[in-house]
Amino acid sequence: MSGGSTAPEQDVVLSSRARIARNLDGIPFVNRANEEQCEYVMRTARHLLLHVPLDERMIWVDLEQSSSHERQLLVERHLISRHHAESTVRRGVAVGESEHASVMINEEDHIRMQVLRPGLQLEDACRTCRSIDEAVGTHVEYAYRERWGYLSACPTNVGTGIRLSAMLHLPALRLTNDIGRVRQTAKDLHLAVRGYFGEGSDSTGNFYQVSNQITLGRSEDEILDEFENTIIPGLVRYEQAARQVLLDKHRRELEDQVFRAFGALGTARMLKLDESMKLLSRLRLGVCLDMLKEAADTITLDTINSLLLLVQPGHLRQHVGCTISPEEARGVRADLVRELLIGD
Amino acid sequence: MKCDICDKPAVVHEVTIANGVKKEVHLCLDHARDAGVAMPGQQPINKLLSKFSVAGKPTVVAPRCEQCGTSFAQIRQNSLIGCPACYDTFEEPLGRFIERAQAGATHHVGRGLPQEEGKSRQQREERQLMRALEAALSREQYERAAEIRDQINQLSDRPSEESQEPSSEGDEA
Repeated sequence: MSGGSTAPEQDVVLSSRARIARNLDGIPFVNRANEEQCEYVMRTARHLLLHVPLDERMIWVDLEQSSSHERQLLVERHLISRHHAESTVRRGVAVGESEHASVMINEEDHIRMQVLRPGLQLEDACRTCRSIDEAVGTHVEYAYRERWGYLSACPTNVGTGIRLSAMLHLPALRLTNDIGRVRQTAKDLHLAVRGYFGEGSDSTGNFYQVSNQITLGRSEDEILDEFENTIIPGLVRYEQAARQVLLDKHRRELEDQVFRAFGALGTARMLKLDESMKLLSRLRLGVCLDMLKEAADTITLDTINSLLLLVQPGHLRQHVGCTISPEEARGVRADLVRELLIGD
Repeated sequence: MKCDICDKPAVVHEVTIANGVKKEVHLCLDHARDAGVAMPGQQPINKLLSKFSVAGKPTVVAPRCEQCGTSFAQIRQNSLIGCPACYDTFEEPLGRFIERAQAGATHHVGRGLPQEEGKSRQQREERQLMRALEAALSREQYERAAEIRDQINQLSDRPSEESQEPSSEGDEA
């Protein structure tokens, strides 16, 4: 694989995320809370997150007062959910300076803290997330019952309130038509399989977010151990085996797809978002399989991972510094991709 | 008595008095039906049932959470629980609902509250029950309060974990 920074299992695992859902006792959950109660939760959480000692300084964003463009940037960076961006209740988010951690206030639950890490680093993400949870939890009364554990608005989060997820790149399993089997296996194992932007998003580019659905009856350590040491490594091995099959039996076809993607990305003057995601996905596969070494040894996984973010509409707008039409965005996207890939 | 029209036995007997004149009609089943007399056993079932329902209007009102006003039907419909107190109000049906969503799991086995770390399970249970008792009393649910009080008493009668185990750290393992 070509150079750049390395993260565990980065060929297949783009990122890991740990998320913990908590609610304040005595206050209705967000779906039943009135404006005053939402305001109270927000003020309390904001004060704590900006003042209790945490691993890093947090920056507060009042989502009601932020622009739709700012919210879109946060969604594209996976720091808030689409639901949180589009909601109409009093809400905000605290974002860690390194942009690895964020705490959503008044999303579906009062407090949802999450930590992102590149590659497969769930244990590290969990540890950091738990430290935020403990720092906040020693100052507020969380809604908790001996039988249920941590109470949540949705029955699927009660108990530990912990959700682990990994963003996987599974192009070979798609090409070998095994992705249906992956979905079925995931279902049998009580895992959710979603698209690049989580709930409600599609799997353009063969990016799949896999997460645990069971939060009750198992301890945090059991959930983490199974997810990090069995489930995700199992899926990684499955994808790697599919890549090997393609290399052994269909190398020419695979190279053709990778180099066509390279050619299109390196020459296109207009690119749609979907199209760029699909092409970058093929290119990413080619980089992982060392196919592009001779043609373009400067292309790294870091470059492609960055491009997957920079081609998103909010980031393109940020790049040019003003609002642009969808047609203009296609042009800007193509120029940006060429510049970063081949220095054009 | 025979039917006024044929020789079959009369099953419908109608006596009317209009303007001081008494009029008696006796009819068999067939002729009563022809005459459009409503037969008690032949009313459509929906009419009979509607009479019953009018007579006994439903008196059972779906219970709602006293803290947030959410009914269990709303929870089931939206898959969203209203507030922490809903977990106490709808403990049984919600338990079944959660069990389905959580692949059969019924109890939490993970970490406890940060401020409760180090306390024994018995202490935590007692604290939970005390809070439930306060909630029941504030809602004037005296039967529920009595049940909780009994549970607290049972807990107090139980030998403490400290006397059975060298330490309570195993609770969180």
